[in-house]
Amino acid sequence: MRYLAARFVHLLAVLLAVTFVTFMLVNVLPGDIAYDIAGLDSSEEEVEAIRQEIGLNRPALVRYAEWLGGILTGDWGHSFRTGELVLDAIMTRFPVSLELVLLAQVMALLLALPLGIISALRSNSRFDRIVTVGGFFCLSVPNFMMAIILIYVFGLWLDWLPVTGYEPISEGLWINLRNFILPSLSFALAEWTLLARVLRSDMIGVLQEDYISMARAKGMPVGRILWVHAMRPASFSLITLLGLQVGALIGGSIIIESIFALPGVGRLLIGSIFARDFMVIQGCVTFIAVAYVVINFGVDICYALLDPRVRSAKSHG
Amino acid sequence: MASATTQEQENRAAQETARRRARYGLFFWLPAAWLAFIVFCAVFADILPLQPNEEMDFTALAAPPWEAEGHPLGTDAQGRDVLSRIIFGARVSLTVGVTATAIGMTFGLMIGLLAGYYRGWIETGITLGLDTLLAIPGLVVLLLASVIFGGSLTVVSLSLGFLLIPAFARVSRANTLNFAQREFIVAAKAMGARDLRIIVLEILPNVVLPVAAYGLVVVAFAIVIEGALSFLGLSVPSPTPSWGGMIAEGRETLGETPHISFVPATVMFLTVLSFNLVGDTLRSRLAGLRESAL
Repeated sequence: MRYLAARFVHLLAVLLAVTFVTFMLVNVLPGDIAYDIAGLDSSEEEVEAIRQEIGLNRPALVRYAEWLGGILTGDWGHSFRTGELVLDAIMTRFPVSLELVLLAQVMALLLALPLGIISALRSNSRFDRIVTVGGFFCLSVPNFMMAIILIYVFGLWLDWLPVTGYEPISEGLWINLRNFILPSLSFALAEWTLLARVLRSDMIGVLQEDYISMARAKGMPVGRILWVHAMRPASFSLITLLGLQVGALIGGSIIIESIFALPGVGRLLIGSIFARDFMVIQGCVTFIAVAYVVINFGVDICYALLDPRVRSAKSHG
Repeated sequence: MASATTQEQENRAAQETARRRARYGLFFWLPAAWLAFIVFCAVFADILPLQPNEEMDFTALAAPPWEAEGHPLGTDAQGRDVLSRIIFGARVSLTVGVTATAIGMTFGLMIGLLAGYYRGWIETGITLGLDTLLAIPGLVVLLLASVIFGGSLTVVSLSLGFLLIPAFARVSRANTLNFAQREFIVAAKAMGARDLRIIVLEILPNVVLPVAAYGLVVVAFAIVIEGALSFLGLSVPSPTPSWGGMIAEGRETLGETPHISFVPATVMFLTVLSFNLVGDTLRSRLAGLRESAL
């Protein structure tokens, strides 16, 4: 418990630092946002009034403190461009990004679990080598390139799946899902390799333990040994990596959501970067950082749940 | 008994793989040759007998590879020679890949050495800083940087280099921790060597090689990120060819003239794959060296 408490404090500090850094970064954006809002043919007084109204003429530190207070009380400000509340804007788009990232991770796991486990069981076999080499090839295809290949093969050539667009889940599960298959695959076809590699090396270590030999000796079927006895100790690095990858996926979703025209947080973010809509940028980055930090705290909790040794060892150390 | 023999077999198998992986086989020399070729083309792009990369050939618009005379890899939608644009684009990718990695490696090494050697509050502070950097989505920082300062080689290289610092710092710190408690360090301390001397003369030589091997894999990563940025149109400005930009340009007519996207995509894939393969071979080779030296 002390270990988790220490992690929690650490993560809070990280969040504070992240919000500070983004706030300062966004505030050096060139161009005066007050002019943008006032429009081209506005008088100097009008611009000054807008500056007063949104508080641009006060020191950055004061504005940061106020903004942070707003974040904590649920007031994330509003978009200068559309007048939309930032928190609302993010929350309406968040389910799309969440679905994309979750589907991508599920697909990656579906590939990584069998391939990683079989590679570990038959390490150094022909199968193992093919998986390793294949992994290198997949890992070397950037996700935007994978997206183009998938669009070409499944969208244009075979014409099986829609290339762009989004349908809400209220239109039906399949209608909703088929728009997510290609974007998620663009991630999954690269992400599985790292997962499989980590699972393989951990699994090889676990399979050499005495209790596995014991289970084998008493005639337990291999499948049962794997799922009941080997999977739990072999899944630690896998879980860490899953958590870390979510960070990479959120970053990558900026580009994938743009390619496939999915209305998620990533697309909101890139749109507001081009439009210099800095309340929205700050909101999105804060939201992403919180998500990332929360997921990694979840990973730490999983550790403690899965392995009693972590709880005791780390709290003493 | 059974466990002892399987263990022995496993060990032997592991040694066998280590030896096989350490040998510089085809999976090392082929990619190394490809990298040498790409670097050669990029360096001597001005001297090579290429079509000018900005000239539009209106007699051959969007010509597929091998069909239009004088354009071995075809032309893009505006009739510009794809081969020439790929080679000039290689300059952008390689410059960003190498510069950003060099920046990240230099600062990451320094930070990692300090964190691994001094421990205590220095380490805590550095870890906090690194975790902060890792929690901000890197692409966002890059996008902001290119919107603020305008997309150019310098901006992309510098901001990407900055973002690569945490990864290098982590690897350097882990390697430093390996050595900081060893006998030869204790001996150096006992002889009254100053900390700076120990870090630079005793630890750094041991840490720098594995970190440099990791660096090759990072070059691949940096090339991918530059590709993503230029795909979004936020790297080097438009007339200058870049791989990501070329792939993006072909998107519009993917159905009719797929080669405009796929030819640069193939070159980029081969280059990234080569950096990964060469880097991985060197890394496992170095890991093997260190273990046999013990």
